[in-house]
Amino acid sequence: MKALALGGLAALVLALAVILGPTHVAWADLSTSPVVRDLRVPRALLAFLVGGALAVSGASLQALVRNPLADPFLLGLSGGAGLGAVLAIAGHLSGPGALPLAAFAGALAATALVSRLGLVADAELDPRVLLLAGVAVGAFAGAVMTAIVSLSDAVELRNAFLWLWGGLSGASWLTVLVIAVYLPLPLIVLYASARSLDLLALGEEPARHLGAEVTPVKRRVYLAASALTGAAVAVSGVIGFVGLIVPHLMRFGWGHRHRALLPASFVGGGILLVAADILARVAVAPRELPVGIVTALVGVPLFALLLRRWTT
Amino acid sequence: MLTLADVRYRYPGAARDALHGVSLDARPGELHAILGPNGSGKTTLLRVALGLLRPDAGRARIAGRPAHLWPRRELAKIVGVVPQREETAFPQRVRESVLLGRYPHLSLWRGEGAADRAAVTSALERCDAADLADRWIATLSGGEYQRVRLARALAQEPSVLVLDEPTASLDLRHEMDLFELVRDLVDRENLSAILITHHVNLAARFADRVLLLAAGRPAGAGTPAEVLSRDAAERVFEWPVEIQQFDARPQMVPLRKRKDRP
Repeated sequence: MKALALGGLAALVLALAVILGPTHVAWADLSTSPVVRDLRVPRALLAFLVGGALAVSGASLQALVRNPLADPFLLGLSGGAGLGAVLAIAGHLSGPGALPLAAFAGALAATALVSRLGLVADAELDPRVLLLAGVAVGAFAGAVMTAIVSLSDAVELRNAFLWLWGGLSGASWLTVLVIAVYLPLPLIVLYASARSLDLLALGEEPARHLGAEVTPVKRRVYLAASALTGAAVAVSGVIGFVGLIVPHLMRFGWGHRHRALLPASFVGGGILLVAADILARVAVAPRELPVGIVTALVGVPLFALLLRRWTT
Repeated sequence: MLTLADVRYRYPGAARDALHGVSLDARPGELHAILGPNGSGKTTLLRVALGLLRPDAGRARIAGRPAHLWPRRELAKIVGVVPQREETAFPQRVRESVLLGRYPHLSLWRGEGAADRAAVTSALERCDAADLADRWIATLSGGEYQRVRLARALAQEPSVLVLDEPTASLDLRHEMDLFELVRDLVDRENLSAILITHHVNLAARFADRVLLLAAGRPAGAGTPAEVLSRDAAERVFEWPVEIQQFDARPQMVPLRKRKDRP
């Protein structure tokens, strides 16, 4: 029943994304219009896949760092991935297949830096310090990105600006194909680690006592979450807060067990980003907002609400 | 089942051994208490015994196999642990939390079956916590929470049960409840239990064997009557005490400095 409702909602927002837009397309022409076929459909699919990837990445990272306020953006992964992508563009290495790899490398570098900073003495990762380190690394990566973008040539600047605030206007069947190729493996890895994530939420030592091989699991989850974030950032730039809010909302219906939570988060993340992108395209038509602005405008107030709930 | 033989362990970079010459033999049907002041190496001993740390010298074995070589999942099927602390960042219901104890028994792609749910129910019943099953963890009292955590360890269907200060913040009734419960489980189900505690008198009343640690070294091992002499207790806890007998078990009464001593 819950699954049916979520599926129905997904179908609804995808349909709306195809129907609505700055250009009016008559009902009869929906199936033949090139605007629909080459722009709206791939863009809706891309938004859905990117939102799903970010939400699953967020849900996994929250369990891993035992902090319900974590997500790829706040942990600095998105910033690192964005910087990786911008460096690749600036270095003219930006084929559509190579960009996700550069973003993945950036996300991994950010992860390594954040966990190094979050390590207190030689103890376990402190979930609170980790989040602070993530915000700092993310801000630093953002600053370096902006610097590179400001210093580069006009055309590249225009392209690279998309990475800073996230945008799906570059969507095409090629970008859909790219992300569809990069997503399955990390998604399977995370789904296979779902039970270990349930255990890790108790802390590392209790998880070991319940049979989790903590060190390899952490490594796998970080790698997979970085790959998802890298793929998402490579095709759509830095989009925050999807990975934070969606797992929270899904926990109300699906509980805390990741075998149910991860698939639900994927669909929920897809729905949220497709809806946010409709808003980004329609709200100020014929101009367009970066979709990352929309998710931030919705996400920050919700974040504030969650912060209050979890700290009182 | 679980044995330590002449174990030595030093944390990397530390000035002295955290454990030195410690032995322990946990047998089925026995409750083993580990006593000692703060920093005497009790928790380190558990880490070595459970294979989380590898001893620098001596042997730590579980069912004949070196503890650190056990895959965690296999070990979790025979050793259930109630650690001192765990985190509760995400809201969860009691039944779900106890189900985590079944995870070592589940295969990668299959969900839990009727047998697993039955094991959870049985574990909750044995811990007198069946009526808590649908409560949220965050709404439990300290005593209820510890019974639920013990139920989770029992859901693993272990033959060894390890508890690290399970009654640390409980009041008298809940503390006694928990000790009685652990004693019952050991007697009825022939479990081997290892219990770390600061409560010398309760350990003396409930345990079959006691290991007294001081600065990482054994200061006595054996039955409570053998170990808890006035001499040993005063040396280890660095406080004057008197030992009295109750129910043929030694009970330690700490003395006041001026009042009780001439």
